[in-house]
Amino acid sequence: MDLITQLLVAALSSGTPLLFATLGGILIERSGIIQLGAEGLMLMGAVAACLTYLHTGSLALTLLAALAVGAALGLIHSALTVTLRANQIVSGLAMTLFGTGLSAYLGKSITGQPIPGAVPKIDLAFLEPVPVVGDLFAHLDLLTWLSFLLVIVLHLFIHRTSWGLHLRAIGDNPPTADVMGIPVQAFRYGCIVVGSMLIGLAGADLLLVYSPTWIEGMTAGRGWIAVALIIFARWNPLRAMFCAYFFGAMDTIGFKIQLIGSAIPSYFLKMIPYVVTILVLMFLGYRNRNKPSGSPEALGLPYIREQRF
Amino acid sequence: MNERPATTASSGAAALDAGAGAGPSKRFSWRLEIDPSRKESPWWMTFVSVALALLACAAFIAANGKNPWTVYEKMFSGAFATEFGITETLVKAIPLLLCGLGVSIAYRISVWNIGAEGQFAAGAIAATAVTIYFPDLPFYATIPLMALFGIAAGGIWGALTAIPKTYFQVNELITSLMLNYVALLLLDYFVFGPWKDPKGFNFPGTPMFNDAQSLPVLGDTRLHFGLVFALAAVVLYAFVVRYTRWGYELRLIGANPEAAKNAGIHLKRHILIVMIVSGALAGLAGMSEVSGVTHRLMYGISPGYGYTAIIVAWIAKLHPVGLVVSSVLFGGLIVGGYSVQTMGLPSSISNMLQGAILFFLIAGNMAFKFRLRRSG
Repeated sequence: MDLITQLLVAALSSGTPLLFATLGGILIERSGIIQLGAEGLMLMGAVAACLTYLHTGSLALTLLAALAVGAALGLIHSALTVTLRANQIVSGLAMTLFGTGLSAYLGKSITGQPIPGAVPKIDLAFLEPVPVVGDLFAHLDLLTWLSFLLVIVLHLFIHRTSWGLHLRAIGDNPPTADVMGIPVQAFRYGCIVVGSMLIGLAGADLLLVYSPTWIEGMTAGRGWIAVALIIFARWNPLRAMFCAYFFGAMDTIGFKIQLIGSAIPSYFLKMIPYVVTILVLMFLGYRNRNKPSGSPEALGLPYIREQRF
Repeated sequence: MNERPATTASSGAAALDAGAGAGPSKRFSWRLEIDPSRKESPWWMTFVSVALALLACAAFIAANGKNPWTVYEKMFSGAFATEFGITETLVKAIPLLLCGLGVSIAYRISVWNIGAEGQFAAGAIAATAVTIYFPDLPFYATIPLMALFGIAAGGIWGALTAIPKTYFQVNELITSLMLNYVALLLLDYFVFGPWKDPKGFNFPGTPMFNDAQSLPVLGDTRLHFGLVFALAAVVLYAFVVRYTRWGYELRLIGANPEAAKNAGIHLKRHILIVMIVSGALAGLAGMSEVSGVTHRLMYGISPGYGYTAIIVAWIAKLHPVGLVVSSVLFGGLIVGGYSVQTMGLPSSISNMLQGAILFFLIAGNMAFKFRLRRSG
């Protein structure tokens, strides 16, 4: 494998948790609710997956646990933002702080225990002779294939189904959607819960596939990078895929440079994904300064049926 | 109980049929709606929220096989019952108050600075740089220089968040958080690399500061002069927000940014200045922590002060007196978290409680604005 292929393989594996989290975030934000709790949700998903796997050894139960934790926290976020119309930014921050604290508390006893090969790999031997494709796709794990599937499903759902049309209507203009007879609040509940489940799954994927040991705060800002990725991807699942792999590459590029034997201290190489996030956002902001950002128009505004706009 | 409408009516504004069995003429329904006469929730709501958060977290403590009551009792007595506990709580309250003030100023104009942690680290690094590069200055030159460096570095770190926001429309939440990781990595670089104490047995920290580089302490306690910085900053904050033109403009932007813009207020300039001030306060907190408490820059210097400060600011509703009270409360929570470690509980219990308190606080504040009304 040459260097570029190695980087692509690494980008795929470190980009997959980001992709799950970004897809979940896109689903939530398309319904008009800001989602800033991704960091806490991912950590809770990861710790739930780790505890379940160490106690049961069953992959199905492990994934279910991550999904269930995501759903539970998603319900809290929806109750606060949809029913009580609390500030969505603060609710998301609370989710991040609570998730970080609770996951550290729950995971204290299992810190550092390795989880070897929990997710089965799907071997496609016939692909192996193909030069780059073989390296990339011949031995991918189940969850990565699931993430490809999810991108397609979510894309079709948002852009090709009538429910997706309803979802976009709710995100852009909830009063109109309500007049059309679409249950705005119920839709938002559904999107937040399902989206949070996906972000929980992102945490499980990070733990089971990418770095199979629970460490306090192991997401290291990936939840926030996923929040930024929603903006890069302009709330579009297909773009999210490429953005996630680009950031996956940024995440590993420092490590690769270190392997080559560069004199740059590793601390500076570890800054790359964070600095690149800011720079890319600045570039996008500059390029799109006179264009709409592509965000749902009612993003962040609570919908109150009785309120006049 | 104000929580009840919130939990029972999950369908939001939808009407719930309560008279389904009765004839059509007797049908009536309950509606959950926002009561326009209720603007602010009362002060005791904060305490109700804290109590409910403690109750909710009791479940997790019980799941760990511990008696929640004993744990809370131990946390409280660890933080507030002894002289050592009280001074330790105040020592933790100093950075919380300074960082909390910093984020409060930003939240006033809805600039969501969550980068106090990084601004704190930047201030701590810059203050330590003074001790590394000018080791032999006298006390009266070192301390002001350290404070100046800390404030400047925090301010620069704040500006790094503000410039992308004002000129490139970048969401400040993401920038400020990304910069936290950058600042903490920079701190790690210095304490593991060039500034590591050669006589420190590989401990990731700089050499200990000498007396000229340390803030004076009260008697033989650990309570240091940073408390004066923090209290002075609170008074200044209260004065500036209430009595100056700048403070008036901030309040105007906070109340209605559109109207403020039409009134000729430069939003961008205000955001820039506010973020610099916000970062500078966190930077001063970083300086006072290295100079007053740890007397060296070291790995893991902050147990998440910058994040706790967000809750401190929110629970105080950005009010100066509230900030003092809540920073002492959360300082106690951190100390209490350490004191239950002897019972075999992780100190992250205090982080869990902090998050839960914020959840219940926003739920409580919003739930209070609702009323359940019978109609039909």
